Amino acid sequence: MFAETVSAIADDLRARRYSSAAVTEHYLERIARLDPALNTYITVCADAARAAAAAADARIARGEGGPLTGVPYANKDIFCTRGLRTSCASRMLDNFVAPYDATVVEKLAAAGMVMLGKTNMDEFAMGSSNETSYYGPVRNPWARERVPGGSSGGSAAAVAARLAPAATGTDTGGSIRQPAALCGVTGLKPTYGRVSRWGMIAFASSLDQGGPMALSAADCALLMNAMAGHCARDSTSVQRPDEDYTRLLDAPLADLRIGLPAEYFAQGLDAGVRAAIEASVEVLKRLGATTREIALPHSRYAIPAYYVVASAECSSNLSRYDGVRFGHRCEDPRDLFDLYTRSRAEGFGAEVQRRIFVGTYALSAGYYDAYYRKAQQLRRLIQQDFVRAFAEVDVILGPTTPGPAFPLGQKTDDPLTMYLSDVYTTAVNLAGLPALSMPAGFVDGLPVGAQVIGNYFDEARLLGVAHRYQQETRWHLARPPQT
Amino acid sequence: MSIGGAEIEGIARLARIRIEPADIARHTAELSRILGYVAAMNEVDTTGVEPLAHAIDATATLRADVVTEHVDRDLLQAGAPRVEEGYYLVPRVIE
Repeated sequence: MFAETVSAIADDLRARRYSSAAVTEHYLERIARLDPALNTYITVCADAARAAAAAADARIARGEGGPLTGVPYANKDIFCTRGLRTSCASRMLDNFVAPYDATVVEKLAAAGMVMLGKTNMDEFAMGSSNETSYYGPVRNPWARERVPGGSSGGSAAAVAARLAPAATGTDTGGSIRQPAALCGVTGLKPTYGRVSRWGMIAFASSLDQGGPMALSAADCALLMNAMAGHCARDSTSVQRPDEDYTRLLDAPLADLRIGLPAEYFAQGLDAGVRAAIEASVEVLKRLGATTREIALPHSRYAIPAYYVVASAECSSNLSRYDGVRFGHRCEDPRDLFDLYTRSRAEGFGAEVQRRIFVGTYALSAGYYDAYYRKAQQLRRLIQQDFVRAFAEVDVILGPTTPGPAFPLGQKTDDPLTMYLSDVYTTAVNLAGLPALSMPAGFVDGLPVGAQVIGNYFDEARLLGVAHRYQQETRWHLARPPQT
Repeated sequence: MSIGGAEIEGIARLARIRIEPADIARHTAELSRILGYVAAMNEVDTTGVEPLAHAIDATATLRADVVTEHVDRDLLQAGAPRVEEGYYLVPRVIE
């Protein structure tokens, strides 16, 4: 009775087939019934959602509804929400209520969207499996003993399980694309600077970027229209005219040149994932695209460079959690040093501490050149690989992840094994490029994601490629069992 | 790349995170392994390569020097662990 995609729900609301109040109630009921087993939400704001839905219905009744008015959605719990806890899935912020809304939250509210709640994630967005959350792991709706990916695992799993038609995510090294792939949804990491970082809790500031997660590329395009744009409160926000991200959805692919990086199809790629990606390439070729092999020779250095840059920036960003102004404070501190060190030891989980230590070491006197400077030089070489590739091709296509969702607990003992699940995604963040993951099939009942990487500011084309693909396939509409 | 217990204690002190003596061996092993892994960067000769700090050429934008934000101190301090008369309370620093 209720539609499932953002665009179809919006159409139904405009046609008055049902109200925002009714569809919001539908999602709240599903969350209450299904989420205890999945743990995709940290906080559900039912009363605020009902109030926002009533306001949206009034707006629609006045004939003032926009393309997203009245459509429910969820925010990753990294986006600050005024008056509603923003925990970043950390004990450190378990009691934190932001005094303001993030720009993204403000913009989606202005568009009339109805926030259902805040989704689970890896602590401070540091993780690839959603297992570092203070509030416990999220379960993959497709196989509940497996991870949903991370760090936007709650958002991906909530969309997959139809506990929200869309959700926001953030992507520092793959945190939108990797969980989107493992949960079988569509997620876009925009060009760095497209979406405001104001009110988005910082992890690694030169890499962090917010973006949409939904069931389809068309939905992501609609969300981008509302989320993106210059923000005076974010000094890294790019100054470009607003654009319509839906404008190329139906553009023909006849002249599209797709680059297939040899490095992304090398050893370490699951055979089933490879077959699914190759099949998706065939679909795009039938639509008129041409392919050629390209080289991204510094790909294997993306994870080492990423972990140095991201950890260094995280150690600096997370120095703000001092137990003084907000957040967790230890009991009965002996002195100021004890207050800082014990509050932080208690407030941060193991993975966050590990990365702060790596970053502190990499930035410390005597090691800066060997680690941080070296990583930034590799970052330059990785970016140049992409610049050269985009002189020859329009988009780059490959797997989002080396394999499908892995079992809970399988990689938690070894941080390095966990880091390697981001092997195809981190280079994009280092280069600042846009990329999306779209559902491209299944391996043993588990979703596979195809990653499409674009040139700077070419999101509309990426969304167009994915939309044309989604008109030819049904993978993105597949629904997990028992949801 | 291998680091010792004294080094990890120094890093923890810089990072202002307390570590328990019993965990020092685990921390040194983890950090050594991660640093060993990222040392793969040294396979590439980067002589003369300009470091890239930021992917997009971002230049700080200027605006008129006027007040645009007003801080509600009570609201800001509502979540602070200990506040008194608008001040944040910490243990005595100066005897």
